[in-house]
Amino acid sequence: MKKENVPQDKSSLENFTREVCYVKNKDGKYETELSTGWETKSVALENAWEEINRRTEEAKNNCLAGKSSPVAYYLELRLMDIPVLAGYTGFFSWQIKRHMKPHIFAKLSDKKLEKYASAFDISITELKNFNP
Amino acid sequence: MSEYKHIQTAHCENGVTVSLLRRQGLDFMTEPLAFGLGSGLFYIHIPFLKVNGGPAISFRSMPGSIFNRTCKTLNVPVERKKFKSELEAEKFLDKQLDEGKTVGCQVGVFHLPYFPKEYRFHFNAHNLIVYGREGDNFLVSDPVMETTTTISRAELTKVRFAKGALAPKGHIYFPADSPIVTEEMLRKGIIRGINRNVRDMLHIPATITGVRGIKHTAKKVRKWRDQVGERQGGLFLGQIVRMQEEIGTGGGGFRFIYAAFLEEAAEILGNDQLIGISEQITKAGDLWRDSALQMAGIYKGRITSQKDFDHAADIMVEIANAEKKAFQDLGKIKLK
Repeated sequence: MKKENVPQDKSSLENFTREVCYVKNKDGKYETELSTGWETKSVALENAWEEINRRTEEAKNNCLAGKSSPVAYYLELRLMDIPVLAGYTGFFSWQIKRHMKPHIFAKLSDKKLEKYASAFDISITELKNFNP
Repeated sequence: MSEYKHIQTAHCENGVTVSLLRRQGLDFMTEPLAFGLGSGLFYIHIPFLKVNGGPAISFRSMPGSIFNRTCKTLNVPVERKKFKSELEAEKFLDKQLDEGKTVGCQVGVFHLPYFPKEYRFHFNAHNLIVYGREGDNFLVSDPVMETTTTISRAELTKVRFAKGALAPKGHIYFPADSPIVTEEMLRKGIIRGINRNVRDMLHIPATITGVRGIKHTAKKVRKWRDQVGERQGGLFLGQIVRMQEEIGTGGGGFRFIYAAFLEEAAEILGNDQLIGISEQITKAGDLWRDSALQMAGIYKGRITSQKDFDHAADIMVEIANAEKKAFQDLGKIKLK
């Protein structure tokens, strides 16, 4: 990539940092240049977020319809997957899968709910009274 | 110790390596050099692992390997520790800092307060430098940032104990001594780094790594439209582009950093043939950028026919062939 071709597009890096790119200067030697972003990859990141939001919305509707528990919703909201949530709560994956069923979730002790609340950075009240 | 000087680099692990080694008096260390000594260039289509249902791909060697290999090759002794207890991890860090040491920490970015929300995924192989503390505020030099920053004790402990894949477990590491590195050692290290990279790109007996790995992915790209549809296929392609171009790669899936390394190596070893290989790797990097543009056309919904997916795959095959040739030529050069 030539120095003059480094993209300087608006991106989520704004107000955070500019990124270092390795580029060829006029003499054909390598040097670094700072870039504010590249639209090609910004769109990829935006699409990834749209997909996250779509999945979160779906999890919310499932929960409101009584098809799954708030654990499934907050898992999506916090961009987690089951292994990550298992890491933060100390539960096994199979336990988490059970806890995603509303009738099993309803019977969970406060001690267990506290682990989920802490992993999701919410209060236990928010977890119990699903109102996203 | 002297005042800390922040160095911004493209990639976090390169940056930590450069800063920590320079602080030990190895003033010659640059990002491309650290990357090349550590044989950082790679390609792997990770099997059985899916990220958001899509491909898990890496354009560089295993996290931690660049720092390890670079230190080992230059005979720099390394101290590293992981912890079960958060309290022990905090105490150990405090002790090092109070002794005036500068240390590297592996962290997760999901809870990293100064990262923009858009970038905060559960990615646990980020690296930063802690170079001091003022009470319970820690002075942080994050190599991808333009300036230094501070974070609180609670925030630092939280990111040091992020959970999930590659959980850092409080991982802390730093050079334990200031070694004397002779020019001879550097030359040998460069040759070793190059040879190891030739091996990794060409000779690992697997279809998912090195240049064969690129063709492996290309084959999958051709099938995605039929298998998962235009939208999902586009998301998968977007995922490749992000692994390849996101902050930390220096552009073109680390290929430009490696080309810069070969240019430096040519000068240190006094071998002009390496300049030719550097040019070849630069071309490969440019092809990766073309491939990203083609893929973007698909995930922007502009071009979504099978022909377009095939074209993206064709570019990847072209890249695989270009990199195969480059590393074969590199392997043939008699370096000394």
